[in-house]
Parts: sequence; structure tokens; C-alpha cells
Amino acid sequence: MKKESGFLAQFKDGIITNNPVFVQLLGTCPSLATTTNATNALGMGLSVVLVLMCSNFFISLLRKYIPSQIRIASYIVIISGFVSALELLIKAYLPSLSNSLGLFIPLIVVNCIILARAEAFASKNKVLPSVIDGLSMGLGFTFALVILGSIREIIGAGTVFGIQVFGSWYEPAVLFIMPPGAFITLGIVIALVQKLQARRKKYVEEQEYEKRRLEREAGIWK
Amino acid sequence: MEMTLSGILLLVVSAVFIDNFIFSKFLGCCPFLGVSKNPSTAFGMGCAVIFVMTLSSAVTYCVYTFVLVPFELEYLKTIAFILIIAALVQMIEFFLKSKVPALYESLGIYLPLITTNCAVLGAALLNIQNGYDFITSVIFGCASGVGFTMAILIFAGVRARMQFSNPPPSFKGTPIALITAGLIAMAFMGFSGMSIG
Repeated sequence: MKKESGFLAQFKDGIITNNPVFVQLLGTCPSLATTTNATNALGMGLSVVLVLMCSNFFISLLRKYIPSQIRIASYIVIISGFVSALELLIKAYLPSLSNSLGLFIPLIVVNCIILARAEAFASKNKVLPSVIDGLSMGLGFTFALVILGSIREIIGAGTVFGIQVFGSWYEPAVLFIMPPGAFITLGIVIALVQKLQARRKKYVEEQEYEKRRLEREAGIWK
Repeated sequence: MEMTLSGILLLVVSAVFIDNFIFSKFLGCCPFLGVSKNPSTAFGMGCAVIFVMTLSSAVTYCVYTFVLVPFELEYLKTIAFILIIAALVQMIEFFLKSKVPALYESLGIYLPLITTNCAVLGAALLNIQNGYDFITSVIFGCASGVGFTMAILIFAGVRARMQFSNPPPSFKGTPIALITAGLIAMAFMGFSGMSIG
């Protein structure tokens, strides 16, 4: 029972509280470049989930055998092995995704999220939690990418996952699927997240204050 | 590509302005947002990137053409390139430390960050993808580095000014920086209509 809640907490941490893109600000390159539409964003996100799970699994498995001086180089070799395999698979089975993501599939190797999770989590934890960590961080990344991709696609093309949302009256703001739109959308979404965080923090503080006040009053009445 | 002077010029202008690595290709955004708080560190990072990118373009081209292609191991290029870049950065670090300590002092802290800079690996992969020859690859690597440096310098200048401004609290820090980057990117879109030759 306790174990399950641990995993749940890990998922919540990866997807919401410590979202790799919106909160930790990792992996900005792919989250700007591959979010021109929701489909690409989903493809990129799921590729990262796969690589992250596999690399976390292997790094956690080998954590006792990798000498700490050359650990970063070893991580990079493990990660790039999986990325190369994924690149070939996508090229073979999803050629259209391979065309639209292009250079950014091999560039998953230098995605900071993967190296950061390897260093911060997989190298210190057992295999199962590491795989779960990879899954939850990867899903957090996917979630962020799909949100960005959907916003940009709705405003920039009037569609989500290629499905028309607005009627023919809608004139899309093409700027949003071009590079400037990427920066601006991410900026506004992060601002929103910061706003929510600030509100949450204030709420928690108020609750604490209220609790302490009640305790104090109860103490007086005793 | 034709190796004429105008061909080279075209390549340089398009790598620096039209297809700027940061503003139109989104390569190297992590250091772009991380190390652009003040112009002098941005310049240091930029110089280190130009240096490593030029060298790595040359070395990765040679390794790809003379090692991977003859043995039909093209599919290993991602692994090979990232290892080459990591080794190269390490070697440059050792070399500068012993031979040019003054330069090491100023570039030293940025060098390890470059290994995971996607711009460097991106340039190496683009050289192969676009089928550039040796000289074109080196020029492309160098010009892309210059474009990166220019972008990060412009941005650092704007950010230094921004410290005196007073955005809404939720926009403080990264969000306003990203929006500024968006506005600069919009300015860079002006170059995309340019045709040379």
C-alpha cells in the first residue's frame, strides 16, 4: 500500500509539481522546436518517454559498476545507443514523423532531461523506481509538449491533432506556428504556472496560519 | 555547393542571419537561456562555442567520411559524434589548461557545458545531412557558432536592460525573457525574405 502511494507521488511529482519543462525548465530546445502542432509534440514526447525509461533502467542496473569519474560519458553512450535504435525504428515504421521531427530525434541524446534524470535519480536508486521515474518525467514532458503544441496549433492553424476546431470564419495567426510563437507561447504558459504556484503557496501559508491561530485560541480556552 | 566566393558568402550569411541556430532552428536554447544574464559571460560562452563547433565540424566530417562510410556504419553516427564532441571538449580543456592558462581562465567554466549543447551536435549532423564537403562543413560550423554568439550577445544586452524594468510578478525571470526572445525572433524573421546572388 505504501509502495503504491510512493509511485503515485512520483507520477504527480513528474507530471505536475516538478514538470520538467514548465517548472524545471529542462529540454527547452525540443519543447520549442517540435511543438508546431499537437501531433509532432506527442510523437516527440513519446520518443523521450521510451528513451528515458530504457536509459534509466540500464543506468540504474549498472549503477554499481560505472566508475564515478567517467559516469557522464558512460551515461551518454547508453543514452545514444537507445536514441540510435529509436531513430532507426521511427524511420522504418513512422516515416512521416521522422520527416517532421528530423534532426530532433538524434538530438534527444543531448536533451538535458535525460541526463539530468540519469544523474539525479537513476544513478542513486533501484531499478523499478528508476523506470517509474523515467515514465513519470517522460509523461510530464509529453504533457507539457502536447499543451504547447495544442495551443500553437489552435491559434496558428485553427486545428488540434489536425481536426478543425473553428469554422471557416477563423483566420489563423500563422505567427504562432513560426519560431517567435514558440518562445511567446512557452513564456506565457510558464508565467501562468508561476502564477498558480504563487497562489498555491499563499493558500498553503494561509492554511498554516489559520491552523496555528486556531490552536492558539484553543490553548487559551483550555 | 559550388565553392566560389559568393557560395561561401551565401552560406555564411544564411547560417548567421537567415537560419540562425537559436531563432529559427531552436538549437542551443538551454545555454541561450541559462548563460545570458550578462553580456561578458555570454561572450565567453559564445567564443567557446565557435571554437568547439569549428573543430568538431572538421573532426566529425573526417570520422564520418573516412571511418563510418567505408565500414558501412553510418547508423552509428549519433553515438560516434557525441563521443567525439565529448572527447574533443575534454582535450581542449586539458590543452588550454596547460598551454594557454589565460584563455582557460576565461573559457574554462563554459567548456564542460558545451558537450550537452545541442547546437554542436546539431551542426555536426546537419553537415552530413546537407552533404557538405570538408571546407563547407568547417565554414558552416564556424558561421553557425558566430550566429549563436550574435544571438546570445543581443539577448544578454536586452536582458541586462530588463533588470531595471518591472514586469508583473508572474512574468519575472524566465517568462519575460522567453517573450523577449520571441520578439527578437520576430525581428530575425525579417531576414528570411532575403535572397542573395
